[in-house]
Amino acid sequence: MIEFKNLHKKFGKLVVLDGLDLNISKGGIFAILGPNGSGKTTLIKCLLGMVIPNKGEIIFDKKSVLRQWAYRNNLNYLPQIANFPPNLTVLEIINMVKNLRPKDSNSEELIELFGLKTSLDKKLGNLSGGTKQKVNIVLTFMFDSDLIVLDEPTNGLDPIALIHLKSIIQKEKEKGKTILITTHIMSFVDEVADEIVFLLDGKIYFKGTVDALKKQMNNDNLEHAIANLIAKQYA
Amino acid sequence: MKYKIGLFFFFIAVAVSAKQIVVCESCSVKTIKEAIKMAQAGDEIFIKKGIYFENDILINKPISLIGEKGTLIDGRNKGGMLFLETNNIKIKGLKIINVGLSYTIEYAAIKVIKGNDFIIEECILENVFFGILVEKSKRGIIRNNKISSNRKNEASSGNGIHIWSGEDIKVYNNEMFGLRDGIYFEFVKNSLVHNNVSHNNIRYGLHFMFSNNNVYHHNEFRNNGAGVAVMFSKFTTMHHNKFRLNWGSASYGLLLKEIYDAEIYDNLFEQNTIGINAEGSTRINYKNNTFLRNGWAVKISGACYTNIFTKNDFMNNSLDLAYNSNINDNKFDNNYWSEYTGYDLDKNGIGDVPYRPVKLFSYIVNKTPEALILLRSLFVDIINFSEKVSPVFTPDDLLDNKPLMKRAITNIDTQRND
Amino acid sequence: MLKILKYSFYDLMRSRWSYVYFLFYLILGFVLLFLNNDVDKAVITLMNIIIVLTPLIGTIFGVMYYYNSKEFTELLLAQPINRSKIFMGQYLGISISLTLSLVLGLGIPFVLYGLFKSTAIFNFSLLLVVGAFLNFIFVALSYNIALSTENKIKGFGYAILMWLFLAVIYDGIFLTFLVVFNSYPLDKFSLAATMFNPIDLSRILILLKLDISALLGYTGAVFRKFFGTNLGMMISMGVLMLWVMLPVLRMNLKLRKKDF
Repeated sequence: MIEFKNLHKKFGKLVVLDGLDLNISKGGIFAILGPNGSGKTTLIKCLLGMVIPNKGEIIFDKKSVLRQWAYRNNLNYLPQIANFPPNLTVLEIINMVKNLRPKDSNSEELIELFGLKTSLDKKLGNLSGGTKQKVNIVLTFMFDSDLIVLDEPTNGLDPIALIHLKSIIQKEKEKGKTILITTHIMSFVDEVADEIVFLLDGKIYFKGTVDALKKQMNNDNLEHAIANLIAKQYA
Repeated sequence: MKYKIGLFFFFIAVAVSAKQIVVCESCSVKTIKEAIKMAQAGDEIFIKKGIYFENDILINKPISLIGEKGTLIDGRNKGGMLFLETNNIKIKGLKIINVGLSYTIEYAAIKVIKGNDFIIEECILENVFFGILVEKSKRGIIRNNKISSNRKNEASSGNGIHIWSGEDIKVYNNEMFGLRDGIYFEFVKNSLVHNNVSHNNIRYGLHFMFSNNNVYHHNEFRNNGAGVAVMFSKFTTMHHNKFRLNWGSASYGLLLKEIYDAEIYDNLFEQNTIGINAEGSTRINYKNNTFLRNGWAVKISGACYTNIFTKNDFMNNSLDLAYNSNINDNKFDNNYWSEYTGYDLDKNGIGDVPYRPVKLFSYIVNKTPEALILLRSLFVDIINFSEKVSPVFTPDDLLDNKPLMKRAITNIDTQRND
Repeated sequence: MLKILKYSFYDLMRSRWSYVYFLFYLILGFVLLFLNNDVDKAVITLMNIIIVLTPLIGTIFGVMYYYNSKEFTELLLAQPINRSKIFMGQYLGISISLTLSLVLGLGIPFVLYGLFKSTAIFNFSLLLVVGAFLNFIFVALSYNIALSTENKIKGFGYAILMWLFLAVIYDGIFLTFLVVFNSYPLDKFSLAATMFNPIDLSRILILLKLDISALLGYTGAVFRKFFGTNLGMMISMGVLMLWVMLPVLRMNLKLRKKDF
C-alpha cells in the first residue's frame, strides 16, 4: 500500500533519512518507533507531503505522492500538537475540515463518544489541552479513509478517552484500514500494534511483529526488548 | 456766472454739432479710415457689423469709435491696428483679431501714444501680439475688455495691457489670457488695477517694473507661468487678490524683488509652488493673508529687512517658510500655523510655546532640491524635531512668539467669493 | 483557497486585535475630523499615520498569525489541499481583514462628517487605496520572513527590523546620500530609490495629490515628466502592484521547497 524507496532527507548538515526503504502492506496497525531524532516524524511528514525529501520516491496506492495533494483525501492525520485558531468554535473547526474534504463523515458519533457536545460552541482558544486533543481525534477519525496516521495520539488524554481511542483504533483495523502510529508509550504499542518498524539513524533497523521482536531479543517485555535493540546497535 | 453759462452753451453747441458717421459695407462710408478722415472733433463713428480688413488706422482727433455687436476688424497678421495719438479718444465694443507678430516692433491691437483721458472698453482682442499698448499717457480708463492670444513662448508673445510711462490709469474688469504678461506696468504712477482676471499667461499675470504708488486689488491670477511680479517699485498696495495654481520650477504666486514700503493684505495664495518669493524687499507689511496648500508659503532670500507678518493663516503648506541665510531681521507675530502643535493653557487664543516656521528640512531642500522627494517621511519628521529642540542650521530667533490657536480669517469661502 | 481565506478571515475578524485596530482608526478619524474641522489637515495627518503604522501593523499581524497558527497550518497541510492555496488563503485572510479594519475605521467617521460633499474625497480614497496596498505588501513581506525563519523570536526580530529599515533607516541613508552627492544630477537616482521602498512609494503617491505644487518646483526634466503628468501616478501604482506580486511569488516559490 505504501512504499518508501531510497528516501534521503537532510536538514542542513544533519542527515535524518539515509536511503530508507520501507514497504507497508494494506491492513493492520504499524508502530513506528525509534529514539529521539531517528527520523520517525520526518518519515511521516514525508508521507504527508509536509517535508519534501532530497531524494527517493514515495508510492501510495500505486501513485507517487511527491508534490501531489489529492491523495491526502484518502488519509487521516492526527498531529502531535493540537493548536487551532483560537477564535473559532469547536463546531466551526469541525465544519471547516468537513468543508475542506469532499467526503462523508461521522462526526456526531465521535462528538458523543468523547463528550464534546457541551463544548461545541466554545472557542478553541478557551479549551484545555486534553479537550483540544479530543477535538483533534474527532477531526482525524470522522472520515472514512484507507490510511490513518497518528502522531503521539495519547497526549493529554484522560483514561476514559484513552479507552475510547483504543477501541476506535481497533474498530478501524477491523474495517481493514492501515494505521501508522508513532508513540513513546510502549505499553500502548504492546497493546495495539501488529507490527513494529524500528528506525535508527535514518534507516529501518527492524521490521516485524511485536512477538518476533520479543523473540529475537529474548525478552518478554517490549520496553526492554527495544532497549536491547538500541544497546546492541551501539555495542 | 456769465462765463459758466457761456461754457454751457458751448458744450450744447458741440453736442448738437457732433455728428455720427456710420460705416458699413452698403453705406456710403465703407472703411474706418475713410470715416476718420471725414470726422471732426467730438464726432462718433459707428461701425456696423461686418468684417473689415484694415491695418494702421491712425486716430488723431478726439472722437469715439464704437462697434456694433458683430463688428470684426481683421489685421491678417500684418502689423498694428489702431493708433490713438491724441487726447480724449474713446474706443468701445470693437473686436480686433490677428495682430502681426514682430521681433522688433511692438505691434498692438490698440496703441495709445501721448493720448490723455482715453477710454477703451468692451473690446475683444484676439490673437494679438500686444493687446493694448499705452505710452506716455495719463488718466486713461481700460475696462471690460477681453484680451487673448495663443502664443507658446515668451519671444513671440506680447503683453495684454502694457503701459509704459503713465499716470492715473485705471484698469478694471478685464480678462487676459494666453499672453506674455497679462498686465505690464513700467514707469507707471498712481494707477489702479482691480477686478481683473489674468490667467494662463506665459510669464506673469501682472508685472510691475519701476512703478510707484500703485494699488491693485480684487484681481485673480491663476495658472500663469510665474504669477505676479512686483519689481523695483515703491509704495505698492496689494489686497484682496487671489494668486492660484502657479506651478513650476521658478514659479510663485507673487514675486517681490527690490521693492520698498508695500502693503500686502487680505490676499489668498493657494496651491502655488511658492506663495510669495521675496528678494531684497524691505518694509513690507503682510497681514490677513491666507496661504493655502502652497509648496512653500513664503521664501525669503537675500537682504529682506523689516518685513512684518501678522495675522496670516498658513494652512497645510508643504513648507511654511524657506530662508537662505540664518540671519533674520523680519518679524512673525500672531499668525496661525496649521502645523503648530503647541497648547494654550491660559485659553487666551495664543499658543504658549513659540512656533518655528523654518524647518531643518526646508534648509536641506534649499541646498539639495532633490531631497524634497523625502517630504513628510518619518525620518524627516525626526530630524525636524531634533532641530526644533536645538536649532543649529536655522535662524535661532526666527520665531512666532504668539502663534494663534485658531485661524485669523474665519471664513475662507467669503474671501474666495468677494 | 477561498475556504481557507474564509476561515482565516473569520478567525481574525473575531480576534481582539482586529477590534483594537478598527477602534483605533475609528477614534483617530473622529478626533481628526470633529476636533479639527479641517479635512485637508486631517488627510495630511492621516497620511503620516498610515504610511508608518499600516506597514507596522501588517508586519506584526503577518508574523504573529504565521507563528501562532503553525500547528493548525500543519493540520491543514495534511488535508487534501494544495500547499500554496493554504498560504494564499491565510495571506489574503489577514490582508483583507486588516484592510477592512482600516477602511471601515476611517471610512465611518469620514462619511459621517460629510466627506462625499467634500473635495477631499479623492485624496481620502487614495489614502485608503495606499493603506490597502501597504497592508497587502507588508503582510506578504512578513510572511516571507516567517516562512524563511523557523525561530519565532528571530522571525519577529527580522520583521520589525525590516519595518524599521523601510520606514526610517532607508530614508536616512537616502537623504545622507543626496546631501553628500548633491553636486551630481540626482533626479533619476532619487526616483529609482523611491521605487525600491514601498513606504516611500506610497508617500510619493499621496504627495502627488497633496503637495504637487511643491513637487513641481523641481528643475530636472525627469522630475517634471514624472510629477507633471499622469505618468508618475501610473508608474507608482504599477510598482506598488509589483511590490505585492513579487513577495507573493517568492512566497509560492519558497513553499515548494519548504519543510514543515
